[in-house]
Amino acid sequence: MTQSHQIKRGVSLYSFQEEFFLRKMTLEDCIAACARLGAKGIETIGEQMMPGFPHLSDAFYDQWHGWMARYGTTPTCHDMFLDTKKFKGRLMTDDEMLASVIRDLKHASRLGCTVIRVIVNTPPHIMELAAPYAEQYNVRLGLEIHAPFHFRHEWIQKHYEVMERTGSKFLGFVPDMGVYERRFPRVRSERTIRNGANRDIVQFICDSYERGVDLDAVVEEVKRMGGGPLELGMVDDVKRIFFDDPRRLLQFMPRIFHIHAKFYEMVDDTTEYSIPYNEVIPVLIEGGYSGYLSSEYEGNRHIQDVYEVDSLEQVRRQQAMFKSLLGEV
Amino acid sequence: MFDKYIICEDGFQNVSEGGQVVGFQLMARLPYYRGLGISMVEDLGVKIDSDAVAREAIRITLHGKTYTLDEMEVEYDDRWEFGEPGVVTVLQPGGLKPGAHTVEVSPQLRVSYLPFILKDRDVKTLTLAA
Repeated sequence: MTQSHQIKRGVSLYSFQEEFFLRKMTLEDCIAACARLGAKGIETIGEQMMPGFPHLSDAFYDQWHGWMARYGTTPTCHDMFLDTKKFKGRLMTDDEMLASVIRDLKHASRLGCTVIRVIVNTPPHIMELAAPYAEQYNVRLGLEIHAPFHFRHEWIQKHYEVMERTGSKFLGFVPDMGVYERRFPRVRSERTIRNGANRDIVQFICDSYERGVDLDAVVEEVKRMGGGPLELGMVDDVKRIFFDDPRRLLQFMPRIFHIHAKFYEMVDDTTEYSIPYNEVIPVLIEGGYSGYLSSEYEGNRHIQDVYEVDSLEQVRRQQAMFKSLLGEV
Repeated sequence: MFDKYIICEDGFQNVSEGGQVVGFQLMARLPYYRGLGISMVEDLGVKIDSDAVAREAIRITLHGKTYTLDEMEVEYDDRWEFGEPGVVTVLQPGGLKPGAHTVEVSPQLRVSYLPFILKDRDVKTLTLAA
């Protein structure tokens, strides 16, 4: 018996990037597909599936709300970017950065989203400047925590200090579940082998990560085994992933606005190869999380060289796993 | 990411102006998961049969607007949309001979949250119709 909870299921349309890129699915097709899975929360990236962003017409927003009504879906989160390097040779000024965030707040508000996923390179002092505008537009700003960043990272701690100091209820986090990788994603190790890496060395690296072996020692062993740039490059990839303690979420629960349910490979309807969702979701339930679990499929880029990508089937499987872990079946 | 999709299979052809063949064209997409402001496209290298095309000879047309690569670096409003096939024109009097050619396209993107320039490359053999 699953404890009662208020967690809702959704999908980031990022999941369907392969099909959208290849013009196999339209924005409306993506929304309809989520609705069929009972994943009613729709997260979008304006810069990905809304051509013309940020100059979208009234007609576009009308059509968007028409789709939400037709498919019974709810806008959840808008994923924003901050192009601090827009101008070659100089970084954006504070005024330019703030204007960019306000632009995204207006867009999110018009979509009906209640959260923005703030890209991690956004500086803490810009979040502080943006907080009153977030309140004005009634859209919360959630800084994405995405590997190699994690809750204890100095940069994230600086953001947390701003949140605590200002006390703003409009500043918080969007954790990406990629910070709970117990195993190196198989789709990535297999791709490394297809690129020419030695299978035995790749297996050694994967095993070492799972056993928690010091990676500097792994580098030496990989060299001894005859590994070259591909195998050593894979050790660098492994250094950028980790398994954080899911219970750390409890400490930040009031500031968790939305969850990016990152995944690379659903092997069946119950298991993601590298991320143990059965250890994370109970913590979210225990902490009283009441937002969305938003599927974010990112396996396509690792398999598209040899396989036909089927993002819809991958999302279907993850949503089936969520239903089970959330006690819906 | 998306590197195998950079060069489109169709759209490879010579282009004429006033009865003269002035160059050739192909279609290309950016290997990235969102559209990007055009000023952040640092370069788009083209090689034909292993020979690099001069940067000055390249024109890129996006939704009807044509840019040189230098003009792109100072275009701060227009965007190269996600999955959008751009027309890459190489100014080369006489164009290319009909038949198979090895085409290489290598975009370089300045993505703000990455501490490096995103460089990708696609190589395809395309056939130019007679």
